[in-house]
Amino acid sequence: MTTTDPDEPMAKAGRRALARQRRRASAVRFWTRYRTHRSGLLGLAALALFTLVALTAPLTVGSDVQSVTNAPGQPMESPSAEFPLGTDQFGRSLLGLVVWGSRVSLLVGLLAAVLSVAIGALIGITAGHFRGWFATVAMRITDWFLVMPTLVLAIVLATVLSRSLGTIVLAIGVTTWPTTARLVRAQTLAVEARPYIERARALGGGHWHVMSRHVLPNVMPLVLAQTTLIISSAILAEATLAFLGLGDPTVVSWGGLLQDAREAGAVSAGKWWYLVPPGVAIAVVALAFTLCGRAVESVLNPRLGVAR
Amino acid sequence: MTADATPSPVGRTGGPRVRGTAYPGYVAGKLGGAAVSLLAVLVTSFFLFRLIPGDPVKFMTGGRQVSAGQLASYRREFGLDLPLWEQFTDYCGKALTGDLGTSYQFRAPVMDKITEALPNTLLLTGTSFVLYTVIGVLLGTRAAWRNGGLGDRLHTGLALTLYSIPSFWLGLLLIIVFSVGIGPVPGLFPTGGMESGGEEGFAYVLDVAHHLVLPVVTLVAVEYGQTLLITRSALLDEMGGDYLTTARAKGLRDDLVRRRHAVPNALLPTMTLVFINLGRTVAGVILVETVFSWPGLGGLFYQALSVPDLPLVQGLFFVFATAVIVMNTLADLIYPLLDPRVGR
Repeated sequence: MTTTDPDEPMAKAGRRALARQRRRASAVRFWTRYRTHRSGLLGLAALALFTLVALTAPLTVGSDVQSVTNAPGQPMESPSAEFPLGTDQFGRSLLGLVVWGSRVSLLVGLLAAVLSVAIGALIGITAGHFRGWFATVAMRITDWFLVMPTLVLAIVLATVLSRSLGTIVLAIGVTTWPTTARLVRAQTLAVEARPYIERARALGGGHWHVMSRHVLPNVMPLVLAQTTLIISSAILAEATLAFLGLGDPTVVSWGGLLQDAREAGAVSAGKWWYLVPPGVAIAVVALAFTLCGRAVESVLNPRLGVAR
Repeated sequence: MTADATPSPVGRTGGPRVRGTAYPGYVAGKLGGAAVSLLAVLVTSFFLFRLIPGDPVKFMTGGRQVSAGQLASYRREFGLDLPLWEQFTDYCGKALTGDLGTSYQFRAPVMDKITEALPNTLLLTGTSFVLYTVIGVLLGTRAAWRNGGLGDRLHTGLALTLYSIPSFWLGLLLIIVFSVGIGPVPGLFPTGGMESGGEEGFAYVLDVAHHLVLPVVTLVAVEYGQTLLITRSALLDEMGGDYLTTARAKGLRDDLVRRRHAVPNALLPTMTLVFINLGRTVAGVILVETVFSWPGLGGLFYQALSVPDLPLVQGLFFVFATAVIVMNTLADLIYPLLDPRVGR
């Protein structure tokens, strides 16, 4: 079709520049549309704030905030000028702990979501690309995971494996991928039905070429939206596992703080100020990720009519 | 199935007969799928508990000093001296006859503990399920019908917020506010459990209902958002339908168009997703029962986790997964009766 020789270096550079230009244009277009979603912007702002707090935590509170032995205050103090959120049962500053805990909660949420989406995308693309028995078996497994009580499976995994952050990431990651797999498979089927895939095949493009060069870039936006949504549930799942006492006991996380509060009798003593901050932090971050995910989803697929 | 693939004039006119010929095949397919899923649960629950790094018997005894003879007798007792495949067939055979092993911490058959706790969980889950489905569908319908309006944004916003709140945290806060009491607010509801004890007859029913309020409120609050959002988007999908324009053109009142025409069509995809999301509800039940010390399966699961009492964890995992699969299959079997388009 084209008159230029594909091997000519100039044409190659030109094509690359063109691709870059197109990518930039579509990013600008995406941002223009994203900006119209007020709730999405709100979520983004909240996330930026929390990320900043988590990244600067070593400077603002420092790692000795979790030290039990030389805690600065008395056990279970009410909020005061010195400790704006009060202290825990060891006399540690709750504000410092919540700030420090954001690091673990965000990190685990992010890693678990990435693992989950990676598994989902891999299964979705391969099941959409290779039809036949492989796809049947893969989708059967996906469906089975889809109806399984995800959290119960994650709890069981966290119980039988050792207590560590890696276990939590693994437990959440390997139980939450099925929705992504279904979505990605549907998108893969739609992409592969387009004529240019046939052209790529006719020109000798193999399975790997088609999947990595044509299908993957097309499912990538969907995968990103899905990641944002799954981070939200991964953070909730992490908090839940930590609350059930299945988290890493050596690190401070929001769910772990709530478990500490419950075990220290903050509930029956009516010490609500111990319970409120970690829970609010979890809810705000989970909500922020959900809002962003829905905004991204509705930009990419306006027909969904969500997040307006 | 094949009879429907080639539509014959006879088949088209005899509507019920088409369903009559296709339904058994559909049922067989769904039941077969459910059987495969159940088998998969059985296999998973067996191998999941063989994932434990190291010697399972050492894990069971939890680092206590045990003699080699005791270890060997434990091994024999739990059948761990047999080859893996023999352990597996043994496990499957026992599970199918309702024998899920013996709990270490209660020294009682796992099945007995489960049947003891099951009615309490059914009471809590059933009440909450009905309430959050009804509330979610009603509010979701309203939100979609006034899409983009203030009410829609409020409802969707609230649903999303409650959906992002950890259920156990909400439960703990409710206990502090309504059971322990803050400032002038007295403790209105019990902090946990299912009964105060000593009551009989109608007083007992009232007492249980009193204990039921806070757990149900917690579960409904964290779960109705999902139903609301599903209903909303299902109804939004229907809103562009020509048949709604026709209904309006006939001069039907707005709420009649909604109730008689739009909602029934949106309800089916909604119910599918509501049943698929039952898995999430199971997780909610575990947490709520833990927080409120409700004597159900979820509370039992938490007790089993903290030991960890592996046979009990394994048995409960099996029960939770089976319950979800059974509910989903039931839903699948009911659809064709509600909507003749399904299962043909």
